Amino acid sequence: MRNRVFSWFWRGFLALTLLLCAGARAQDLKSFEQRITTKVLANGLTLVICERPEAPVFSYSTFIDAGDVNDPSGESGLAHMFEHLAFKGTTEIGTTNYAAEKVALEKVEAANNAYQAEKLKAVGRDEKKLAELQKVFKAATAEAHNYVVPNQFTDVAERNGASGLNAETGLDETMYFWSMPENRLELWAWLESGRLADVVPREFYKERDVVLEERRMRTDSNPQGRLVEQFLATAFVAHNYGRSGVGWPSEVSQINATEAMEFHKKYYTGSNIVVAVVGDVKAAEAMPVLEKYFSRVPAGPKPEEMTTVEPKQFAEKTVVIREQTQPEYIEGYHKPDFRDPDAAVYEALSDILSNGRVSRLYRSLVRDQQIAVAVEGFSPFPGEKYPGLYCFFAVPAEGHTVVEVRAAIHKEIDKLKAADVSDEELAMFKTRTRAGLLRGLADNQGLANSLAEYQTRYGDWRELFTQLEKVDKVTKTDIRRVANLIFVDGNRTSAWIETTAASTGKANTGNEGDAR
Amino acid sequence: MNISTVKKILRISLVAAIGAVALLPAALNAQQNKPWEKIATPKLHEFKPQQPKRIELKNGIVLFLQEDHELPFVSGSVLIPGGGRDEDAAKTGLVDLYGEAWRTSGTAKISGDALDDLLEAKAAHIETGGGVDSTTLSWESLKGDADQVFGLALELLLHPEFKADKLALAQQEMAAGIVRRNDDEGEIAGREASKLVYGANSPYTRQAELATIGSVTVADLKAWHDRTIGNKLIVGVTGDFDAAAMEAKLRAAFEGLPTAQVTPARHDVFAGPKPGVYFIDKTDVNQSNIEIVALGTDRHNPDVPTLAVMNEILGGGFASRLFQKVRTELGLAYAVGGGYGYSWDHPGTLHVVAMTKSATTVEATKAALAEIGGLTARSFTEEELARAKDNILNSFLFRYDTKEKVLGARELLEYYGYPADYLESYRAAVEKVTVADLNAAAKKYIHPEKLAVLVVGNKAEIKPGLDELKLGPVEAVDITIPMPKQK
Repeated sequence: MRNRVFSWFWRGFLALTLLLCAGARAQDLKSFEQRITTKVLANGLTLVICERPEAPVFSYSTFIDAGDVNDPSGESGLAHMFEHLAFKGTTEIGTTNYAAEKVALEKVEAANNAYQAEKLKAVGRDEKKLAELQKVFKAATAEAHNYVVPNQFTDVAERNGASGLNAETGLDETMYFWSMPENRLELWAWLESGRLADVVPREFYKERDVVLEERRMRTDSNPQGRLVEQFLATAFVAHNYGRSGVGWPSEVSQINATEAMEFHKKYYTGSNIVVAVVGDVKAAEAMPVLEKYFSRVPAGPKPEEMTTVEPKQFAEKTVVIREQTQPEYIEGYHKPDFRDPDAAVYEALSDILSNGRVSRLYRSLVRDQQIAVAVEGFSPFPGEKYPGLYCFFAVPAEGHTVVEVRAAIHKEIDKLKAADVSDEELAMFKTRTRAGLLRGLADNQGLANSLAEYQTRYGDWRELFTQLEKVDKVTKTDIRRVANLIFVDGNRTSAWIETTAASTGKANTGNEGDAR
Repeated sequence: MNISTVKKILRISLVAAIGAVALLPAALNAQQNKPWEKIATPKLHEFKPQQPKRIELKNGIVLFLQEDHELPFVSGSVLIPGGGRDEDAAKTGLVDLYGEAWRTSGTAKISGDALDDLLEAKAAHIETGGGVDSTTLSWESLKGDADQVFGLALELLLHPEFKADKLALAQQEMAAGIVRRNDDEGEIAGREASKLVYGANSPYTRQAELATIGSVTVADLKAWHDRTIGNKLIVGVTGDFDAAAMEAKLRAAFEGLPTAQVTPARHDVFAGPKPGVYFIDKTDVNQSNIEIVALGTDRHNPDVPTLAVMNEILGGGFASRLFQKVRTELGLAYAVGGGYGYSWDHPGTLHVVAMTKSATTVEATKAALAEIGGLTARSFTEEELARAKDNILNSFLFRYDTKEKVLGARELLEYYGYPADYLESYRAAVEKVTVADLNAAAKKYIHPEKLAVLVVGNKAEIKPGLDELKLGPVEAVDITIPMPKQK
């Protein structure tokens, strides 16, 4: 509860109040305009370079405006699956002989298709033939493997000092990032542009098994993962925010390399990508190098926007999962997307409800009533690009129930609807926002992420600063109005864990959960 | 259980955050054209990390001052020797409760709640916390509020007033954690693996129970404070200030304190695990957490640089033997990694982790064990050595690329009694490691027959069963949470 984790969206708001901060020196928009250079390449890809020569290192963030929300029907988990593929190398790295490997990979794909076609036959599946086809598939995979230099892409990055190398797939976006010594900038540009432009569906089916293990770890074997998956599936009936991001097991396990490469072709086009670099780099020297390499990324139209809009919810929906584990509670209310004029008001709500030991929820549920040990209101969830949810999450104290906690949260919500917040609360929101943003500016990776995200979402990184004015304009009336607008019973979805057995008892016994 | 995990649950990433380390296939011929090797690596811009100013007061207290003018903030911390390993076993959890209730209680002049209001209005923070070998008090604020916030922090450091209601609140929060400690399979695995290595009653692994935290009183918190506050404090301050002026302020605050008492050395005995296979059944999961453990060493050991290189080869990154084999080649795990651990002042643990679907538990365990055994059975290669050194040395910069990290490292070295240039000599030692060193270290430190294997998973789904590991009988671990009798 002490350290609030800001979403990047939130950090953006923070950045903006810098302008209002008297005495800020190197932290205002003007200073950033002097240190930031952007360029849109002929293929549509945007480069953002921010000079911050504190130490001879740089961080980068590649932001793809596509995530698992874009997975086609029946292929949930595809964007994430592709993200894993993007570490397997290109036609130039990770292979001993790409020409021969290409032929071998085509055989793998054909063998997989033949095997799947037989396996999925509803009528008349021939088990003997299926076993034969599986053998053919395995042989083709083994042959293709002969040309692989495993993990060579990441190996070259790590040998050259890459630190914090990782990637994340959210519902809205896919991000690739790491930090490196500044003298590896050109090598990095070769590696990164290569994998964006020239990816090869190498070791795809082995990696699919890895992703299934990731699902087991995050969702299937984790009560909180199960709770959140069921919660979102209940809250959304039409929009893909209701679909498992890592993918439903039956779908992830069927995704093929052809589908992953089609996803790449559609969404990894220049106009859908922003690359931000922050650190000890000089734009005048670095930009031509980056332009040379990132021009390799194919041009292509910006993919069409999703047309599905979640329909209005009629009545409260509730899901209870029965588990061996201790109770937890989550509820959510539908709210607009990040472009909503009230976006800053939602941030004010979260700050006043949940930020630290002065927050309303902490003081009421944790400190005074002592019915919860953790409680928070937050948004946006599970994404920001499309209309999502304003959520409340709580962990009941020992001996207290979800029912008590839920009622207490609703009481706090009713207070927000019935009366204005205090002047002190509003002022505190603005001050903390200002300071919180400032703190984020001294971190190359965090800054690279924010710049890439704002450039993508608003078409201009300056929005990070100029939008801060909206934070300053938030009034008490706004907060009350928005609370009345969305915190309505019929707009609510709630989910909780109900404990089936004495989970504090022996782990060796344990009754069967009946939820799954 | 915290909220950030809920928010993160939807963010899936390429690699799991575990303490993670290449085998080039032998068949690889040097046919490959390597365009990346043609890209020039210019000389790195010159960089001399700014060292903090160190001042040792006559009473033994050590101050570190690190100016950093990039942003208008000032932050500081006081490190107080003595932590959970030094508490009375019957009151296990006392130091955690102390760390929480210290700040929430406040001082005689200002209550914790009033302190919250005052600080948050300025976006400032003062926090306290308890750890295994020390406790800390830290503060942070915008530059303009720095003097006032430091004054409050000092008041809290020297004149806390522990309160019964805040202790009760901390106890309740901790109790919620205790009754939930068997909910998450990864948490169970990590905790029970450490207990196998150090022993269930070791000061490093003993568990807080409802009964032990329930027995802690306000008098205990006060006694703990009085017992440790006279220890040799280490004070570190960083941010937008003038070092001379800050030095004067810190001297005024700390110079008048009595001579610091010497913390007695600990004489812990570390036997290491009883070798064998251990199992915890969890019927609501479909993935097994496999932990392979043994006793490690401490950083005073001169072989640590060699062990660091060995770790990089075994489980450090994408090109490591474990990652290449268990994840990339076999597709058996998303999370896999580990290494031979070393702590600052007591032995760490050899710790290899893999998570795999129930049905492949035995296969993945065997594969991980084979890689550990392979450390002694298979000679390291020059190629592996070169790669591991590149990985460690080329990213070494990130250990001190901010002024705050430089300060943090110096405080740590001071606390554990290592020379201020430890990082440089460590780096130099890594550069000198040879294949012969690696082979010798593996022989000396890796003993496959001394390993304990712990699996947390769903017994009904684990087929073949763990007896297939052929490492002797499988011992069930009881993780029942003791519940006090009804009041």
